[in-house]
Amino acid sequence: MREIVIKTENLSKRFGTFTAVNEINFEVYKGEIFGFLGANGAGKTTAMRMLCGLSTPSSGSATIAGFDIFRDTDKIKKNIGYMSQKFSLYENLTVLENIHFFGGIYGLSNQQLKEKSEVLVNKLGLYQEVNKLVSSLPLGWKQKLSFSVAILHEPKIVFLDEPTGGVDPVTRRQFWDLIYEASDSGMTIFVTTHYMDEAEYCNRICIMVDGSISALDSAPNLKLKFKANSMDEVFYALARGAKRGE
Amino acid sequence: MKQLFVFIKKEFAHVLRDRKTLLILFGLPIVQILIFGFALTNEVKNSKIVIFDQAKDVSSLKLISKIETSRYFEIDKMLQHNQEVEEAFKTGKIKMAVIFPENFNHDLLHTNKATIQIISDATDPNTATMLNNYVTAIIGDYQAQLNKNFEVPYRIVPEVKMLYNPQLKGVHNFVPGVMAMVLMLVCVMMTAISIVREKETGTMEVLLVSPFKPLLVIVAKTIPYLILSLMNIVIILILSVFVLELPVNGNLFLLFAESTLFIITSLSLGMFISIQTETQQTAMLISLVGMFLPTLLLSGFMFPIENMPKPLQIVSNIVPAKWFYIIIKSIMIKGLGFAAIWKQTFILAGITTFFILISIKKFKIRLA
Repeated sequence: MREIVIKTENLSKRFGTFTAVNEINFEVYKGEIFGFLGANGAGKTTAMRMLCGLSTPSSGSATIAGFDIFRDTDKIKKNIGYMSQKFSLYENLTVLENIHFFGGIYGLSNQQLKEKSEVLVNKLGLYQEVNKLVSSLPLGWKQKLSFSVAILHEPKIVFLDEPTGGVDPVTRRQFWDLIYEASDSGMTIFVTTHYMDEAEYCNRICIMVDGSISALDSAPNLKLKFKANSMDEVFYALARGAKRGE
Repeated sequence: MKQLFVFIKKEFAHVLRDRKTLLILFGLPIVQILIFGFALTNEVKNSKIVIFDQAKDVSSLKLISKIETSRYFEIDKMLQHNQEVEEAFKTGKIKMAVIFPENFNHDLLHTNKATIQIISDATDPNTATMLNNYVTAIIGDYQAQLNKNFEVPYRIVPEVKMLYNPQLKGVHNFVPGVMAMVLMLVCVMMTAISIVREKETGTMEVLLVSPFKPLLVIVAKTIPYLILSLMNIVIILILSVFVLELPVNGNLFLLFAESTLFIITSLSLGMFISIQTETQQTAMLISLVGMFLPTLLLSGFMFPIENMPKPLQIVSNIVPAKWFYIIIKSIMIKGLGFAAIWKQTFILAGITTFFILISIKKFKIRLA
């Protein structure tokens, strides 16, 4: 039996009369790359925000890394990393300053920061750019850096909200190499995406339609189940029934 | 604690690296002090006047020479005919005409009463009033001299005394006003924008997901502005003492303590705005329209509150700058102590507490 790191029970979020997320139930295992798919407005970002503690669920319950999302938000925060769909580094700070700042607010010591930033800079090949402002980096590098900064404090789970928006396929592939590396080290990756090719990279995929989960399985199993050749077809088969527009 | 320090360091980097922010922070107060101190004083100097002296006797000549030596007036022309007076005004350059009747000295010495006609160009009523005051003061001065030499009083002159500002120096009003304005601008707008900017760029979410306490995010954001604003006050005071030659009459420590209170008031307003808004533009607009304009118009610094309609007078009470303006004027110019301003201090503290509490409450709701 694999260790469960995220577990939700009838988790819902309502804004007035609108139900953004409707009683979702799922489990995510340790070290897994868990893909969260859905059209715009399907509720995937809202679901993720609840899990990160940015939004309080209207009803239901969930545990993250064994902690309750209502009571233990402080403990959860120490154990998760987050990369938002908006690009989330400080443009007018240098690469090194960004690393030190985000590491610093997670309470890493100066010694740890020094070691970790060295490793990180080596891994990303950013020696030349260490003291350059982040605003001068190309988008692909910013995103890789952003991800590396999000996992600097070695969280148990990292949440990625549409992390590869707007970058070319080659850079996207490189980005996924980083994700695999993190996953191999035992980190759980929770990622939302629009891209169906990215869905193929995930261990398991959860497809949301109109605030509910309409399918949850590995990519090969989903294709088999929907008699489809690609994830695209699976997604269209499910999304066709959606009532909420773009 | 270390986390807070890391955060404050980052905030300083943001401010110090952004040339435009720096320019607003330090350029603005200097420019404002200089503009208000020199260019925009409501003091009127070297106004052109004409004199029609029909008496040409000792008293009238003495008075004319007194007027001539005053730096407020410049005698453009000595008139010879009555009709020249109107012509002079028609040129638009002449602000005032002083007309001495025949037998001026004779009347003064024998009937103890003489009249001088003063005609002002009242198209600009403020200037006209001001010039009238100046010339009346000069006449009064002469009267006093006369009465000293001869023991019989010649005329009862109402004593006009300009309290705290005997030379009617304009800068006196402006320095406290500029201080209020600069602090409002720097603290309210800059804090609001810097917090909202993080919301816009998405870094706020990352911060809120981190173990860093949300409220500390706000505190850490305000601290650099608190420090920079205090530096600003030092600059303004140095400028006002050494460039405008306006001394600080009261306790310097009290002045800084009150300024710190007002900075905190402004920061709490900035916090409040930033929590309510989502984009930098909105934050800027609200800061300008909601804070800056009332500060300019309703603090009593540009326009006397007593002259406003009743409803506006009531509204002016919730403008924090009004209280700060009174406090600073009392300390700097009148040299009064805390006993004279405890009420205003108390009100300011009340406004601050109100906004901090409401910000904390709103902030929690948003993040819950």
